[in-house]
Amino acid sequence: MEPINVIRSRTVVLPSSNIDTDQIIPARFLTTTTREGLGAALFADWRYEADGRPKAGFVLNRPEARGCQVLVAGRNIGCGSSREHAPWALLDYGFRAVISTEIADIFRSNSLKNGLLPVVVDEATHGWLVAHPGAEVEIDLPGAVLRLPDGRAVHFLVEAFSRYCLMNGIDELGYLLSHADAIDAYERRAV
Amino acid sequence: MSAKTLLEKVWERHVVVPETPDTPAVLYVDLHLTHEVTSPQAFSVLRSRGLKVRRPDRTLVTMDHSTPTDTAQIFGGKPITLESAAKQIRQLERNCADFGLDLIGLQDSRRGIVHVIGPELGATQPGKTIVCGDSHTSTHGAFGALAFGIGTTEVGYVLATQCLLQRKPKTLAIEVTDRLAPGVSAKDLVLAIIGRIGVNGGTGYVIEYRGTAIEALSMDERMTVCNMSIEAGARAGMVAPDETTFAYLQGRPRAPQGDAWERAVADWRTLPTDEGARFDLAVRLDAAAVEPMISYGTHPGMVIPVSGRVPELPGDAVFARSLEYMGLEPGEALQDKPVQVVFVGSCTNARLSDLEAAARVLAGRRVAPGVRMLVVPGSQQIKREAEERGYAKVFTDAGAEWRESGCSMCLGMNGDLVPQGQYCVSTSNRNFEGRQGIGARTLLASPATAAATAVRGRVSDPREFLN
Repeated sequence: MEPINVIRSRTVVLPSSNIDTDQIIPARFLTTTTREGLGAALFADWRYEADGRPKAGFVLNRPEARGCQVLVAGRNIGCGSSREHAPWALLDYGFRAVISTEIADIFRSNSLKNGLLPVVVDEATHGWLVAHPGAEVEIDLPGAVLRLPDGRAVHFLVEAFSRYCLMNGIDELGYLLSHADAIDAYERRAV
Repeated sequence: MSAKTLLEKVWERHVVVPETPDTPAVLYVDLHLTHEVTSPQAFSVLRSRGLKVRRPDRTLVTMDHSTPTDTAQIFGGKPITLESAAKQIRQLERNCADFGLDLIGLQDSRRGIVHVIGPELGATQPGKTIVCGDSHTSTHGAFGALAFGIGTTEVGYVLATQCLLQRKPKTLAIEVTDRLAPGVSAKDLVLAIIGRIGVNGGTGYVIEYRGTAIEALSMDERMTVCNMSIEAGARAGMVAPDETTFAYLQGRPRAPQGDAWERAVADWRTLPTDEGARFDLAVRLDAAAVEPMISYGTHPGMVIPVSGRVPELPGDAVFARSLEYMGLEPGEALQDKPVQVVFVGSCTNARLSDLEAAARVLAGRRVAPGVRMLVVPGSQQIKREAEERGYAKVFTDAGAEWRESGCSMCLGMNGDLVPQGQYCVSTSNRNFEGRQGIGARTLLASPATAAATAVRGRVSDPREFLN
């Protein structure tokens, strides 16, 4: 996966609360056996008419959304299904970070494993971001700081281990495999 | 020794490498359930890194999500209609062959929804850690296991190492006092719980369901409750194992046998939460006050009693959009609302007692004209039992469709879909926009409520059929 250091981008805002992973990518796109190309199906039912034409009012279809890497979403984004296709679709579309006041557990875990940075902020910061769609923000992963255009710096929590993996673009499998002896010993002892 | 919760006891037994401030724990996984939709990319990672499956004996593989429920496509030699689904099924067959995994395949008599067959085969046991690339893995917590959904990357980790990196979750006790009233089911209870704590009320927690109302539930009912823990945001829900648990498991193919059974039960008796153990958060609910429940909106926290009215929340744009999608007005009563589709199935409510509850209402009656009713058993074994007990005949005599097992219309991946704009009373777990088909309007309810609604063609309280 792509290492993350500092993300500088304008934001796209989807203020709805409880955006579930069925909205991020509907189940009919899950019969794929690869992870490529899912960006085309991102928010498919919000983004396209039945005949495939883009819905004019949807935020991702507006010209100013092009190239944005930061999605600001309402409380509890990513609830529902564990489908990792949701972060795959967001990444394939071009997003690198998701900001909300609350991010559902499995979606958060899946995002971290693919280089999509989940950023949880307080209500006030979130309220400002929702009120200023398209704001140019900077997400500094090494410093765990979100910087707003007015100069405010908002700290966010990211676990040291996850930050290390994200900054180096590595997954956790190598780390798990390095514990093979401990796993062998556990199996002899307990299983 | 300090008093411990059920979660803490199960957690401690599975720590391979303890957590530190810098690193999560390496946690051992006893049982890995795998299916066709969330595994292909994980097997690709194993291939690209030259890795094997560490413990094929701890990996239970089947197909359920995109798998057809049409008998002709399973047993009749008719090609699978959805080409992408057929490809996914063939890919799983190939992956199992390449990596030496036993597959409970398309025509296997043990096949079914992964969360139904794990318990049915006795593979789900108290004290185990169980994971699956599916959020409804929480179902298995009904046995006192720590069971939770994972993503496909983690499916790969477990295939390769039988372990995951995890932080110990917080604990939420949901104590349900008294008993459920007659005609009120475990589904109504869990919908009431989600309505109370909200769809994010359990985020970051593992729930332990406790109290007299929970102890009185059958295993089927406990599975229904634990299944929907994720709809409250909790990755896992647990119930302490007891005599009900042991009676369910005894004699099942993968349960311990003979002396090993006695030793296992003695061990399982040590698992329940100790007196005085502390939970991070506690909620109390009176079961006797729960009525038959139904959802009205586009997430499972938007629920009311069947006899209730849609709330009024002026000024809430998200709420207004949800009602617009559902074609409902604030203050509207749902009872007697005409519906076009009724679905009895899913890992929430497709076990034998669920089918029995629906059959009791439908016996000697017919599905109302203009209503399509689909009954999809949770497993092939449940299908056979329902046929032996006459429930299947009740359904077909009533005019309902009786299918092969699978996830079916819960998520509409296999072509079992609700048409645009139609209302479907569904015993499944999610009423998200488009979940059962583009523009489909899902009303979540119990099997008895679904059956009563099918008979009248309108949303109905099942209790009028049970007296």
